[in-house]
Amino acid sequence: MASQVIALVVNDEEREFIAKPGTSLLSGLRDSLGLTAAKRGCAQGGCGACTVLVDGKAVLSCLLAVETINGATVRTLEGVAADGQLDEVQSAFLDGFATQCGFCTPGMIMAAEALLDRNPDPGEDEVAEAISGNHCRCTGYRPIMNAIVDAARRRREARAAAGAPARVSEEVA
Amino acid sequence: MAMLRGRGYASVNYPTGMNLGGDPSQALIHSTTMGNFVVSLSSVDVGQGLKTVITQCAAETLGLPCENVIIDTADTDTGPHCMGTFASRGTHRVGNAVIMAAEEARQVMLEVAAEELEVDAADLEPDGTGYIRLKGAVEKKIHVSEVALAAHFKRGRTISGRGIFLKEKSDPVPETGEMDPDSCQAHACTVADVEVDDETGEVRVLELHNVYEIGRALNPAIATQQVEGGAWMGMSHALFETTEPYYPLRDHGPASFTEYLIPGPADIPVQESVFLERPAASGPYGAKGIGEMTANPPIAAIANAIFDACGVRVDTMPFTPERVLRGLDALRSGDRAAESTSS
Repeated sequence: MASQVIALVVNDEEREFIAKPGTSLLSGLRDSLGLTAAKRGCAQGGCGACTVLVDGKAVLSCLLAVETINGATVRTLEGVAADGQLDEVQSAFLDGFATQCGFCTPGMIMAAEALLDRNPDPGEDEVAEAISGNHCRCTGYRPIMNAIVDAARRRREARAAAGAPARVSEEVA
Repeated sequence: MAMLRGRGYASVNYPTGMNLGGDPSQALIHSTTMGNFVVSLSSVDVGQGLKTVITQCAAETLGLPCENVIIDTADTDTGPHCMGTFASRGTHRVGNAVIMAAEEARQVMLEVAAEELEVDAADLEPDGTGYIRLKGAVEKKIHVSEVALAAHFKRGRTISGRGIFLKEKSDPVPETGEMDPDSCQAHACTVADVEVDDETGEVRVLELHNVYEIGRALNPAIATQQVEGGAWMGMSHALFETTEPYYPLRDHGPASFTEYLIPGPADIPVQESVFLERPAASGPYGAKGIGEMTANPPIAAIANAIFDACGVRVDTMPFTPERVLRGLDALRSGDRAAESTSS
């Protein structure tokens, strides 16, 4: 099969690149578009460091052949603070010291973004489930789970104060 | 059938570094034209936070803000020699080398400042905000950026320093076995609370309480993370991880480190961590190493807690449900000889 042009909306920008059949979304993001926040950890779906959002859902970008999502909307960590302002999840990670070496952090934050969009007030069990596909070998997970619960509270309060709907995606719809 | 609770305790003494055939680390430091200080190393930060702690050591010694320190490391072609990141040695060895280098650079910085201010260098001190001030006359001051510019373009001085920390080789005395293998020892203990399901053999760690005596915790946030992340790894060793198959054929077991089971976010215990700070004479600002020891005491504490909960003395890691059940079966059948689960 021949290579084909892939068109994606990445972090609100229309992007195109040429990909050989079987090219992963992760490879497209990192190697063709230069977006290196999503990490290539195990490259076999085991570690979650490559997590990005495709049409709002958290996916393992290392396992997704990019030609199967041609036309999709993709959000990576680069798109979370596109205006230079950290969002609630990033701020909560920073304030709660929920990183150490930092390699898992982009995937953790994207998994958390997907969770908070479908559930603005998650309990600890729901947080654990949301990041159960993301490995962290430094922190023991507790600071990360605390940060996500804290981020949810910050976002609920900020959106309530602004009179916005609880879910970011409801604004778009 | 019941969920059985138990509590266990274990302690560890852990050496900081080793003497090998002599164990050195070096640091070089120099000022840029704008008064930032570049610390050149070949020591590796693998995510444990060495660069952060070394930045603190350099800034503290220079008397400057951390923002004025740039760590340039991990290129062994160009950096001064370091034995490496192992044996819980990084903070201790590299910290001492950086302090030595920063002391030399600080002296030159003060000498140049003294020439600029036309005072005696011994009467000057950096104030921690970027200024060097005359003691007792705080309005007489000069910013480090002006000192650096003067050194480079007016006075022809390099504001720089060299540092090395060497743990000398120590051979055992043949008659007594006595030797000096490490620089200091850190101490810790962990108390584990577990729950054992006597029907399935599953063990759940409910709480880990950690107390660490590590000299001085140079960065308490990183030290706490190291203790609790390390305890998580210890729990993982105790209950989950093995590359050896549980069943006779190797095909049935994980073959590499990417495949074996480790605890996820739903498996974590509540943790509490406390530091006792007793600065070590040989350590940088009193610090001892904390790297490797943190995975040790949870393992034995969990084994002891399992014994306390259900009477099974597990002695082979990981303490899988199968091994716990075999131990329970042996207890129930009254077969004392088979009580050990090591077979």
